[in-house]
Amino acid sequence: MTAALATLVRVLMQLRRDPRTIALIVAVPCVLETLLQQLFRGRPEVFQHVGAPLLGLFPFVSMFVVTSVTMLRERTSGTLERLMTMPLAKLDVLAGYAGAFALLAVVQATVVSILAFGPLGLEVAGPQWAVVALAVGNATLGMALGLFVSAFATTEFQAVQFMPAIVLPQFLLCGLFVSRSQMADWLRVVSAFLPLTYAYNALATVARGGPYGWHFVLDVAVTLGSVLVSLALGAATLRRRTE
Amino acid sequence: MTPATPRRPDAVVVEGLEVVRGGVPVLHGLSLRVRAGSVTGLVGPSGGGKSTLMRAIVGVQRVAGGSIEVLGTPAGTPALRRRVGYLTQAPSVYADLSVRENLAYFARIHGTPPGRIDELIAAVALQGFEGRVVSRLSGGQRARVSLATALLGEPELLVLDEPTVGLDPVLRRDLWDLFHRLAGGGTTLIVSSHVMDEAERCEELLLLREGALVASGSPDELRARTGEQGLDAVFLRLVEARG
Repeated sequence: MTAALATLVRVLMQLRRDPRTIALIVAVPCVLETLLQQLFRGRPEVFQHVGAPLLGLFPFVSMFVVTSVTMLRERTSGTLERLMTMPLAKLDVLAGYAGAFALLAVVQATVVSILAFGPLGLEVAGPQWAVVALAVGNATLGMALGLFVSAFATTEFQAVQFMPAIVLPQFLLCGLFVSRSQMADWLRVVSAFLPLTYAYNALATVARGGPYGWHFVLDVAVTLGSVLVSLALGAATLRRRTE
Repeated sequence: MTPATPRRPDAVVVEGLEVVRGGVPVLHGLSLRVRAGSVTGLVGPSGGGKSTLMRAIVGVQRVAGGSIEVLGTPAGTPALRRRVGYLTQAPSVYADLSVRENLAYFARIHGTPPGRIDELIAAVALQGFEGRVVSRLSGGQRARVSLATALLGEPELLVLDEPTVGLDPVLRRDLWDLFHRLAGGGTTLIVSSHVMDEAERCEELLLLREGALVASGSPDELRARTGEQGLDAVFLRLVEARG
């Protein structure tokens, strides 16, 4: 537990040394939300439709990119190997990373939601805190997936390319742009296997204000389940012994 | 009258070690012993398997065959992570953290009291640089931060891969004095080097070439065996004798 906390603090201190990245993580979704709202000034229903899901899904993208690069550095600089020779569990590394990026996601989602629900006039029928909570869950999902894919990259260029490879298809198919009921059958089947589909459904339900039936429970459960599966996959890539 | 102290068991016992990396055999049936409380030098041409052997001893190298016993237990056993310190060839510390932040993080993992950090900073002559971010240090200074990290847990066995590369002669002498002080206190040190005046400062030498042990013994024993004076000449003779 001490090691997990120490790792959490360490990752936050590393981020603190890179204020530009933190500024980008917080500012970019703010700019995008503002852009969207301005773009559809004549059709406010569009912004009302995509504003909340974007707020909730954006942390997924940010944390995926930041974690995959940070973890790749950890793998290539030899610090991961050093950690693996020390008295700490793999779970400590995972928990430390998850905690640090979840905290960052809280900041990000809070700032963006203050802007969106305030000056931009975004409205959700459900509770606003639920949007922020789902955003933090999605951030953890992005972090866990980023940690996993960092094992398959040998350079930071490759790590960054995993973003369009893994994140973009999920964004396109989650139901944000085209409702899943209007998709070709095979695309609907594919989207049923993508975690972001369930994250989007949960956000859309909150935006609509319900109903919070078993469908909603299932969406949240699958999202959280995906976090756990991704963390397990990530843990599998933290090898004590390598070739 | 002091009673005759019983000979301590060897700190490391390697029997028939086989390592294959990327389909290429790197160590073939390597067997050797490291005496407890000694400063043992691992010498030989680069690519000879020195780093691989060290990685195997600390338990991060996947091994194809043979056995390694470290401090009485098989290498890689979790309990050894508190008893073995490891310095990788490239400095494996966080470039975006300060000297003190790096040491504080690893100290918390080891459960080392914070007071020891100052002691170690002094031991590797980095006073005045505690607050400096590692990326702003010279190569030699980074190497010393990494070395201080390896010393943190007061390990019984220290495995140091080229600890003095890129350091000036004064600093090298000081570090070798430190190694001997540690050995005087009962620590076993395995130090790889390809500088012969450093080999001179080891009590035992293991000459490794193409993944096999060419010779072992104290510098004087090896001199007597070859009839040469300079260790460079001794090693050339030993290597050539092998054909």
